[in-house]
Amino acid sequence: MTTSLNLRAIVLSLAILFVFLSGWHIAVQSGGGGPAANIDPEYAKLLGQQVTQGKSAMPGPLDVGKTLWGHLANPFYDKGPNDKGLGVQLAYSLGRVLLGYLLAVLVAIPLGFLIGMSPLISKALDPFIQVLKPISPLAWMPLALYTIKDSGISAIFVIFICSVWPMLLNTAFGVSAVRKEWLNVARTLEVGPVRRAFTIILPAAAPTILTGMRISIGIAWLVIVAAEMLVGGTGIGYFVWNEWNNLSITNVIVAIFVIGVMGMVLDQTLARFQRAVTYPD
Amino acid sequence: MTTQNDKFVSIEGIARRYPKAGGGTTTVFEDLWFSMRKGEFACIIGHSGCGKTTVLNILNGLDAPDDGAAIVDGKAIEGPSLDRAVIFQGHSLLPWRTVLGNVSYAVAARHRDWPKAKVNAHAMAFIEKVGLKGSELKKPSELSGGMKQRVGIARALSIEPKMMLMDEPFSALDALTRGTLQDEVRRICLETGQTAFMITHDVDEAIYLADRIVLMTNGPNAMIAEIVENPLPRDRKRTEVHHHPGYYAIRNHLIDFLVVRSKTFKDAVPDGYDRRHPPVVRPGADTTPEPAGRAAA
Ligand SMILES: Nc1ncnc2c1ncn2[C@@H]1O[C@H](COP(=O)(O)OP(=O)(O)OP(=O)(O)O)[C@@H](O)[C@H]1O
Ligand SMILES: [Mg+2]
Repeated sequence: MTTSLNLRAIVLSLAILFVFLSGWHIAVQSGGGGPAANIDPEYAKLLGQQVTQGKSAMPGPLDVGKTLWGHLANPFYDKGPNDKGLGVQLAYSLGRVLLGYLLAVLVAIPLGFLIGMSPLISKALDPFIQVLKPISPLAWMPLALYTIKDSGISAIFVIFICSVWPMLLNTAFGVSAVRKEWLNVARTLEVGPVRRAFTIILPAAAPTILTGMRISIGIAWLVIVAAEMLVGGTGIGYFVWNEWNNLSITNVIVAIFVIGVMGMVLDQTLARFQRAVTYPD
Repeated sequence: MTTQNDKFVSIEGIARRYPKAGGGTTTVFEDLWFSMRKGEFACIIGHSGCGKTTVLNILNGLDAPDDGAAIVDGKAIEGPSLDRAVIFQGHSLLPWRTVLGNVSYAVAARHRDWPKAKVNAHAMAFIEKVGLKGSELKKPSELSGGMKQRVGIARALSIEPKMMLMDEPFSALDALTRGTLQDEVRRICLETGQTAFMITHDVDEAIYLADRIVLMTNGPNAMIAEIVENPLPRDRKRTEVHHHPGYYAIRNHLIDFLVVRSKTFKDAVPDGYDRRHPPVVRPGADTTPEPAGRAAA
């Protein structure tokens, strides 16, 4: 029953993909002449030959596919600051995200444990968390650039600050919601507080903590693109912005696609960990 | 030495109070006295909320009395101890660990210096004892209610405690499973000479398992109305208990208490009632085979 459902879902997915791609293809082919005809000649010159030749500036799926293939064939070349392979740019972004995220894990999980275990600390820190949490991570950017004076590290800081909150709050909640009876089991067995934290609280709260980590990695990946557009230099966000300035919409679409796939990979990796620590009740 | 064994467990004038919502305090119970011999099986019965779990938690060290002291083996209880194993209501197994993982967690806590293989072998021995061999790699979620409770029993026994404390261990089980587990717990306690203290709501369970049954009046300000000695022979069988001539006397006595006297006892405390030495009764031990009722009191 489930296999046939999966099979039907795959068929339907492929059908939707096909309809989307052919719709895109047809729209680009036919809609070409119209807008280009009454465009300002100055602007048309800027837009380059595609438009002046009466073809649509909007690339079709075949163009994008061809460009994507070109990037995939040679992802890691480096020809100066404005011409790096897509793989190189992606690696920069991934590096920043993982570094900022890892720092956030190192801060959020121990602090979340503390908040979850101590009502006093929980109450004392609550107002700070409530105020800091809703701040858009990008709002920190000028302050980070001013104090850190390094655009790369500033981007890492922004990733850190945006991924810390979901992990912190989920860890605190998971730890405070550990069932009393499990803690009592450890207490009646004279298990000390440190061992108790690792053998009872951590496994009991792990699914909730992983949920927070999964939300965080998603947010971090959303934010890195915007952050790199601001700070420039390297990264997939900078690549998008740079290609927009080059008016290479094809490359922009390729980058959008790659960002989506990478985000999915990150999310699924965390989902796998989450499944590994989830226990049936 | 005999006095130590006579008073292996001694509850001496304990009280437990909680702050009331609107101010003031509620006294769950106060000046409660009770003692147990080594190797004795005691059950405590009383209505919901009278403070049975509170007494049990004071005995296992998770809770502390506001007044008085609880003493086990000559030492005042100052916190949880591996010498007193607890079988919790609703099993409270760790769901992320297997059966073996749950039992070996307790064994490893008892014997911190043992290598893993020794810990597992010891745990397996107790898993076998409760009849769960072959299920040791299952998670609690894959077990039936009775099997889960068996794991709880194995976990408690595996630390080879001096005393077992059980809080309604079988109340969530069907009658058939409950019967089997009662047999097992009784057999194991007799074999290993365990001192056991069990909370139950089931009068028949108390009659089958207990040497003495503590009757607790309704709360707040609950008191021990009396201590009922079980007239049934020690080598009783669960399936034959109800044929014993003393059975209906003790059963009716317990039910009378739960239905009527648990409420009324406090309003008409018998003359000469002494909190330190609550009356000890032995219904059915005298000549009357049928309802001895409250004659004994
Ligand atoms: N943390 C607490 N705060 C306030 N009152 C409490 C607290 N814990 C227990 N009590 C009160 O103490 C009394 C005794 O509780 P206890 O759990 O010992 O009852 P019990 O005899 O075990 O009942 P049951 O048969 O339902 O398990 C109850 O009236 C309860 O309301
Ligand atoms: Mg209770």
